Amino acid sequence: MQDGLKKTIARVVLGLSASLPFVQGAAAVQPLQSIGKGEGVLNVVAWEGYAQDDWVKPFEAATGCQVHAKYAGSSDEMVALMRSGGGSQYDVVSASGDATLRLIYGHNVQPINVALIPAWKNFIPQLQGPDFNTVGGVHYGVSYEWGPNTLLYSTKVFPTAPTSWSVIYDPKYKGQVTVPDNPIQIADAALYLSKTQPSLGITDPYELNQTQMDAVAALLKSQTGLIKKYWALASDEIQLFTSGDAVVGAAWPYQTNTLQAAKVAVADTIPAEGATGWADSWMISAKAPHPNCAYEWINWVTTPKVQAQQAIYFGETPANTLACKEMDEQQPGSCAQYHANAPASYFDSIKFWKTPLPDCGNGKHDCLDYAAWQREWQSIKG
Amino acid sequence: MMQRFLSAFGWRHEGAANAALLGLPAIWFACLYLAAIGALLITSFWTVDSLSGDLIPGFSFTNFQQLLADPIYTKIGLRTIGIAAAVTITDIVLAWPVAFAMVRLAGPRLRAALMAMVMVPLWSSYLARVYAWRLILAHDGLLNWGLAEIGLPGLHIGYSNWAMWIVFSYLWLPFMILPVAAAVERIPPSLLEASADLGEHGLATFRRVILPMALPGMVAGAIFTFSLTLGDYVTPMLVGGEGSDFIGNVVYSNVGVTNNIPFAAAYAVLPLGVMGVFLLVARRMGAFDAL
Repeated sequence: MQDGLKKTIARVVLGLSASLPFVQGAAAVQPLQSIGKGEGVLNVVAWEGYAQDDWVKPFEAATGCQVHAKYAGSSDEMVALMRSGGGSQYDVVSASGDATLRLIYGHNVQPINVALIPAWKNFIPQLQGPDFNTVGGVHYGVSYEWGPNTLLYSTKVFPTAPTSWSVIYDPKYKGQVTVPDNPIQIADAALYLSKTQPSLGITDPYELNQTQMDAVAALLKSQTGLIKKYWALASDEIQLFTSGDAVVGAAWPYQTNTLQAAKVAVADTIPAEGATGWADSWMISAKAPHPNCAYEWINWVTTPKVQAQQAIYFGETPANTLACKEMDEQQPGSCAQYHANAPASYFDSIKFWKTPLPDCGNGKHDCLDYAAWQREWQSIKG
Repeated sequence: MMQRFLSAFGWRHEGAANAALLGLPAIWFACLYLAAIGALLITSFWTVDSLSGDLIPGFSFTNFQQLLADPIYTKIGLRTIGIAAAVTITDIVLAWPVAFAMVRLAGPRLRAALMAMVMVPLWSSYLARVYAWRLILAHDGLLNWGLAEIGLPGLHIGYSNWAMWIVFSYLWLPFMILPVAAAVERIPPSLLEASADLGEHGLATFRRVILPMALPGMVAGAIFTFSLTLGDYVTPMLVGGEGSDFIGNVVYSNVGVTNNIPFAAAYAVLPLGVMGVFLLVARRMGAFDAL
């Protein structure tokens, strides 16, 4: 009898939590109240280039937390990794805006006490509590760095920078184009169509109804014959440009920096249609086995010094406003080069990655969710 | 004492002895192998909540309906089976001269050397060999450099289905050479002499005596080359281009990337079925008599 009652209660609670995922997520784990002694180990899921020895080694020496980094090639992979092994395999993740809500609603990450993160109050205002890592006033992530997805091109083929994304849909470059193997790439095509075909009525490249998606998919399917390879890891794209297999493609500034350092004749640009971009947050697993080291890590990487190192290494913009001075000290001119002192309008011009939801944000609910984007992407790339 | 008792017991009760002997492998087989396939089949009827990623147990044909509704999955399935078949045929053609030379023409020393050359690549990492091919076939790779040296235009087969066909054929060739060589070795020389005495020339002897007698070996090799290609996803990822996804890549991206395990399980039923049919046909052709 009592067991039966327990089961009923459990079922009701489960049902409630399913309908109100956020409430359960907030109640499940209490944020840390103070940072205790480090556990000696920290397991990190990160983008390539986010756990470099330049700042990992000093961190290990200062805190005694040994860092084990696992690189992920896409937001989907990050979410899958954070859910693997019951969620207790990794401590922190550098999640982009298209992964953060999935991790929050999937109860995979814990609330963060920003009072324990001194650098937080120096962040640009848009990144102190953005809606992709803060839900109902509860912080689930600490903003890190952000930047635009760029158009990478060979300067041998393009003596002057292309001014439009149309070059990656141009049959002239058949077999020499490369774009990420990632469903969120659909948004890049949607952004391009929102400017070139205004009649489709695309206002937000992440909020597409079926008609708009069909038009975007048609554009992307016309592109498949031009693609050399859909790249899964940044290093894949670097090799494609190094060997000359690809001459133009969608990229991150990281690839440009790495290729230019290797003396490959490439450059990147943001075409007239604008760009999608990422805004990354460090999040802590709901079942993190090493929470103290996790907080130590977040504090370490949000210091102006590491923010500047990361920004220059990857070619992106730090969340911490104090990093600008550090950047110019490390590499003169880099603060302006990577927009660390740019006005708020620059931040607002980038269409940051976010999780596509059925709610279109304009009162309508006929937009396609992320599962539909994934299916569409598989059928596009064949 | 105990030992003596057990051996006496086993001698008197043969059935019990056999059961004890086969028990452990049988348990292993049932738990690890059949249970995994059972779990796969059951999961293929489940669904997943797209936002939270939670599995929803139940019984629905949603995954199979999706697989049939979108022609892309049929296309990927046919591509996978087609390339696996092409690789198998290529390996049969390439394996014959090597296997025949190794067993019938070479002296003991050359034979050992040939055998070593066939086996040595298997000692190196699979990934290292695939990456090596990626460099060979790239735009500025060894292949195009060699072609340019002899005045021919470059080939653009890096990152394509052609590249996959070449790399797979290379990777699995030893698995075809070895069973074919074993099968050719088993043909008594007296039969070849008899064929020659009866006035058959070399080609007819090959076609009417050697080939039919070596068929089980070829089929055994084909099981390896076909199934290894059918289940692979790393080679398509590394040397494939656009439109190069295999069944394994869709399974991989649904498990490791998009977290839709039920859908992956449903698609994985296809290669399971294909291999089932393949093995039945192989048994008919006597592939297992030779093992």
